[in-house]
Amino acid sequence: MHLTPEEWSALQLSLKVAFWAMVGSLPFGLAVAMVLARKDFWGKSLLNGIVHLPLVLPPVVTGYLLLLAFGRQGPAGIFLNEVFGIVLSFRWTGAALACAVMGFPLMVRAIRLSIEAVDVKLESAAATLGASRIWVFSTVTLPLILPGIIAGMVLAFAKAMGEFGATITFVSNIPGETQTLPSAIYTFTQVPGGDAAAMRLTLISICIAMAALAASELLARRAYKRLAAT
Amino acid sequence: MTISVDVQHRHESFEIDAQFESAGRLLAIFGPSGSGKTSLSNMISGLLNPNKGRIIVGGRTFVDTGRGIFVPPHLRRVGYVFQDGRLFPHLNVGQNLKFGEWFTPRAERYAQLDRVTDMLGIAHLMSRRPASLSGGEKQRVAIGRALLASPRLLVMDEPLASLDDPRKEQILPYIERLRDELKIPVVYVSHSIAEVSRLATDIVVLSAGRLTFAGQIADLMRRPDLLPIEERNESGAVLTATVQGHEHAYGVTILESPAGILQVPAVDAPPGTKLAIRIRARDVMVATKKPDGISALNILHGKIREIVPINPTQVEIDIECGSASLLSRITKQSVDALRLAHGLDVFAVVKTVSFDRTNITFGSAGET
Repeated sequence: MHLTPEEWSALQLSLKVAFWAMVGSLPFGLAVAMVLARKDFWGKSLLNGIVHLPLVLPPVVTGYLLLLAFGRQGPAGIFLNEVFGIVLSFRWTGAALACAVMGFPLMVRAIRLSIEAVDVKLESAAATLGASRIWVFSTVTLPLILPGIIAGMVLAFAKAMGEFGATITFVSNIPGETQTLPSAIYTFTQVPGGDAAAMRLTLISICIAMAALAASELLARRAYKRLAAT
Repeated sequence: MTISVDVQHRHESFEIDAQFESAGRLLAIFGPSGSGKTSLSNMISGLLNPNKGRIIVGGRTFVDTGRGIFVPPHLRRVGYVFQDGRLFPHLNVGQNLKFGEWFTPRAERYAQLDRVTDMLGIAHLMSRRPASLSGGEKQRVAIGRALLASPRLLVMDEPLASLDDPRKEQILPYIERLRDELKIPVVYVSHSIAEVSRLATDIVVLSAGRLTFAGQIADLMRRPDLLPIEERNESGAVLTATVQGHEHAYGVTILESPAGILQVPAVDAPPGTKLAIRIRARDVMVATKKPDGISALNILHGKIREIVPINPTQVEIDIECGSASLLSRITKQSVDALRLAHGLDVFAVVKTVSFDRTNITFGSAGET
């Protein structure tokens, strides 16, 4: 299959955006999942609601809210620009942020379920053996929730590969900078004679999605195997 | 090393109020399920913080609510063997065993992997996964894991409760060795009189969150009123005895006890070995004349010291035999028929086969 430079750049950009959206949201996803699964506090339902909001809001609304907050004139955008020199609007980093936000509820959900399945008695056993909380987390909790983390990462990656509405609203559709696979497919369907290119990118999208699913299945199965009887 | 506990704790409608001190090698916390035993051991190990009180182990204050002290569990170095094992499913046996060792400061490690795995008979399991172990193997690995963290105190919460009788029999000798060979004190939580009388040097009895007895096992065994209802038939006398010899042809071991010579089913121990034996009150018959033509091998002469009613139809008779005393449980009907009374000369009759392995303990559990 022969791809034009424009199609190549859309594919590469999509992979880059999805990868960083997945990796960047992981620490936050893990922390939020841990808090939601284990802690009881005032405002927990509110936090839970905010995390799940991108799932129920129209993606365009999420993208617009991101634009208001992280755009050049937005408070978070001004802060990031002045303190760290980071500009998100109309950059691929902004696309990664939009994808991360859209995938966040899926990631948190998968990790939270796996945390809730962990027997806390194993953690107290580890504590009596001399492990501090950080060590208990890294030597007992983390290995036990690994399948959930993998599942969450794959979901976030897949979501990022397909994200369209929030991305196009927040960072627009700039070839080479913010034009990801879905944006590119959309663009090709809007111009005469773009059908073949749209079809090529569609097939690629399907292949990537299938590969991601297969990889996650394999990793999760391997992780579960370690827990089960040999 | 002394364990000193004085705690009050309230959780929903359940209340614990217990105060005791023990310097024994194996302190048993005994009581029916729901009496607060596990809460108490969780407090000693730091998994539960009492509302009020103090816990001091070996001079180290673990908890003092008055002074705001609460040492977290990972800094207490209290080994904990749980009823349900709680082996880490993602690690193999060897990794489970070494888990605690890794967190123990090098200078404070006294437990050696080879010795512990030999003692517990688990050396051949090292590369296995916990899920593939039998219940008895799991508990032995759990004991080994707790020991290899080189704890200052070992807490065992009903470590045998999830096992069937043959498995219990397999593990009990390991716990006896632990008690006798290692220098760390053990807190052993159980609701089984058979286990406790075999293992404990000291005992505290909990009932509905309150302490009803603290002291020596031999004293508790004479007080059926303090035992849980389902264990009341287990009351009796606990004697220390010395192996005198064996009748190999008959499979009988002859013991010298303060109450006199006793013949029990063969015990695999050389002459001179000290044992603790429990003679259940319900296994002891009383005769006013020396019985003749009777199959029972143990006939001990004594004097009635006390007759204690234990329920509307039964009594326990305290019989002074030599320098010890035996308990016999009989019906009131027999008391009247034989005209038994304080000071009367009687013979206590005990069948050899009424002793089983759970009634005979190596080492002298009765002594500290």
